[in-house]
Amino acid sequence: MKPSLILKTATRLLVSLILVFSVYLLLRGHNAPGGGFAGALVAATGFAMYAMAEGAASVRQALRVGPSRLIVAGIFLVIATGLVPMFWQMPFLTGKWWQISLFNNMEITLGTPFFFDLGVYAIVLGAILTLILALEDKMEES
Amino acid sequence: MTPKARSRTTDRLARATSILPLILFLAAAARIPALAAGKTWRFSLDWAPSLGIHLSFLFDGLSVFFVLIVTGIGFFVTLYAVTYLHGHSQTGRFFFFLHAFMISMLGLVCADNAICLFVFWEMTTLFSFLLIGFDHEKEASRKAARQALLVTGAGGLALLVAFLLMEQAAGTFEISRMVPVAGDIKNHTLYLPILVLIFLGAFTKSAQFPFHFWLPNAMAAPAPVSAFLHSATMVKGGIYLLARLHPVLGGTTPWMATLVIVGAVTAIFGAVTALGQTDLKKILAYTTLTGLGIMTLLLGGETHPSLVAAMTFLLVHALYKSALFLAAGIVDHQTGTRDIRDLGGLMRPMPFTAAAVFAACLSMAGFPLFFGFIGKEIMYQGTLAEAMMPELATFAAVFANGFMTAVAGILMMQAFIHKNTTVSGPVKEAGLSMWIGPLVLGATGIVFGIVPDMVGTWLICPAVHAFHPSEEHIQMALYHGINPPLLLSAVTITTGCLLYLWRRPAIKGIAAIFRTLPADATGIYEYLLDGVGKVARFQTRIIQNGSLHRYLYVICAFFVFLAGFSYLRGGAVALPALWSNTPLPAADLGMLMLLIAVAAITVVFSRSVLLAICALGIMGAGIAMIFLRSGAPDLALTQLLVETLTVIIVAVILLRLPGLQKSGNTGFLKTAMNAVLAVTVGLMMTFMLLIEPGGPPNDSLTRFFEENSYVAAHGRNIVNVILVDFRGFDTMGEIIVVAAAALAGVALIRNRKETP
Repeated sequence: MKPSLILKTATRLLVSLILVFSVYLLLRGHNAPGGGFAGALVAATGFAMYAMAEGAASVRQALRVGPSRLIVAGIFLVIATGLVPMFWQMPFLTGKWWQISLFNNMEITLGTPFFFDLGVYAIVLGAILTLILALEDKMEES
Repeated sequence: MTPKARSRTTDRLARATSILPLILFLAAAARIPALAAGKTWRFSLDWAPSLGIHLSFLFDGLSVFFVLIVTGIGFFVTLYAVTYLHGHSQTGRFFFFLHAFMISMLGLVCADNAICLFVFWEMTTLFSFLLIGFDHEKEASRKAARQALLVTGAGGLALLVAFLLMEQAAGTFEISRMVPVAGDIKNHTLYLPILVLIFLGAFTKSAQFPFHFWLPNAMAAPAPVSAFLHSATMVKGGIYLLARLHPVLGGTTPWMATLVIVGAVTAIFGAVTALGQTDLKKILAYTTLTGLGIMTLLLGGETHPSLVAAMTFLLVHALYKSALFLAAGIVDHQTGTRDIRDLGGLMRPMPFTAAAVFAACLSMAGFPLFFGFIGKEIMYQGTLAEAMMPELATFAAVFANGFMTAVAGILMMQAFIHKNTTVSGPVKEAGLSMWIGPLVLGATGIVFGIVPDMVGTWLICPAVHAFHPSEEHIQMALYHGINPPLLLSAVTITTGCLLYLWRRPAIKGIAAIFRTLPADATGIYEYLLDGVGKVARFQTRIIQNGSLHRYLYVICAFFVFLAGFSYLRGGAVALPALWSNTPLPAADLGMLMLLIAVAAITVVFSRSVLLAICALGIMGAGIAMIFLRSGAPDLALTQLLVETLTVIIVAVILLRLPGLQKSGNTGFLKTAMNAVLAVTVGLMMTFMLLIEPGGPPNDSLTRFFEENSYVAAHGRNIVNVILVDFRGFDTMGEIIVVAAAALAGVALIRNRKETP
């Protein structure tokens, strides 16, 4: 089945917006609705659309790394953020926070939970994409 | 990078990893003087302190003795494996497994907490499984790996139970703290169950009769793995455990009798079987059984000489067995065969390997000047000093050693000295990195044989002292004068030579005896495994017949039945008023519910798949709206996203999968039954949701998170703070499940057989 021209054009416009939105959700998650899981679902929706319009190969090319590597990287990141507080004699996975000054005297509070959330994002996105791309491959074969 | 350059880089990296065992070896060796003076080190990290589980490690004579053997042999095995596996596509994986295996073994011999020991014990099982099955494309490897895993894994479970019972009896998991209360444990009613379970663990690991059969099959592993597994790791785990627990459980009649009898049977069985084998690695594997049997029977002793003998022989065995297995690998690598009938005259083309084999074989046969001779002398001294059944122990030792001498003769003469023309083409010596290991290990056997007293003072005595403190000193020397051990040695060597000369009739006789046996252990194992498979297939055929519809039907029916049953038994429940506790205005809720109901009806009655999918999505969106209006924006967002994604995935699969467009025709009765079940499940679910909250919700948790979310975790979104911070460990478990599910799903999708 050939994807329609409408789908292709709409996808091109929408996917970038969806992906930006997913990063936005990831970043605001700590203080407002959103977070790694929701962000990853949005990103997966974007990639799934892209896969429907352009095929699995294009998604793989856009991702640059295989989705299963995303899963592995996410697991490593989550475990690593858990280990960080142990250097300060705190139990595994304790939140460790830093105040970071940026330009213009802006200050943000950055902590290990953010990286934990990033790991969640990578794992969930990787997991969904692994499945969707495998299904797409199967469809394209038959 | 070209493949060749890549393989060179891999080799270099792999060779560099040999620094790990080397450093550990040197670090352990540096501790020897302090250990000999009686010093020990203890190091502990909390793991689950409320359960008495700590990551605690004890470095005493016994553990360092094992550490030295494991790392020393591990170093040469690593070097050797680089060349042995040169050009293999999965070298990286191999070295990861190998070092992980080594580290697990080191953890096993250093752990003081029983649970910690158990974890490392299981890790050696797991990594030995991966290493034995390394050539996973061969069926024999897979089978051998599974066999090793099942046998030693079952033993590991027995061990876990034994440790739990020991904690009941002793009140602690720390083995070093069990020693002072050993008397209480031995008089405890649980002593016998503990002993049986410990023996199950140790005997499966150390391949004692009747659990011996996995070890000869494990030779399907690459040669360096076999060398490591047979000499230093894995099988020595059980021996280590028996030694470590000797002061806690040892010295009683059941302990001594079991170890002596099982050890003797294993030793004799291994020795007799080894003689008839023709595969180099099989011969060596059966002689390992003999070695392990002798160690077990010596550990059944209670006197100082027996225990010293056990540790001495362990070192002797580790040295010659690692050298011989590595050499067998070289022979296989260079000639392409391991069949001793096809080999011959390898001494001339392979002088270094031959030298290593001769040194190791002579040590195995126990010729004077070799460390094996010292080991055998002290072994006889030990068996004669056994507290129980010294006659049986001595007989088994002499008998087994006689056979080992003959086997050593066959190995040397047949493969290396006798001429044979079957091996075609010129045979070349292997590279330095391969023969250096066996040569050094073989030579160590000679050096140790010349200065036995130093070995005794620095290595053996601290090791024995750690589990059997005694003032007695065992003099290790080349010549003690004419005494019973020396006479027994003479008997052994004579027996060995006679057996070697009459090996053909002896092998025939043994084969005849084995044929008369009604069953062998491998047969029983296969029978049991087959049985498990049959039961599983029977069960699958009934419960999981492949129809998704039936699975859903069974699950839903059980849900209704069980939930309904428990409510009926619980008596009358008051239904709360339907509209209480809803923060939503009735009009909003009514609208949303109408939307959901229309969508649900559309799903059920629509003839088009696409319409049904869209309606399903609308249903989900409606529910999300209810969440949103009830003040749970996070939940609503996630629900909405999951719905969207579900619709997309279902659309990807269902709309494009051929043959799924139309549902099959179902009869009226079936449809009616489905409808009844669906309505019942819906009613049951509604009913449960209505009555379960039962009373005003408890908001103490909500208040806690409201108060602490920003103060402690710098976040205003409570849901997210709970997920990534307060209950981060749960989330971690969940996402790892998500990852595993995705990988398993992909495996299913990729391997789905195309139906024509």
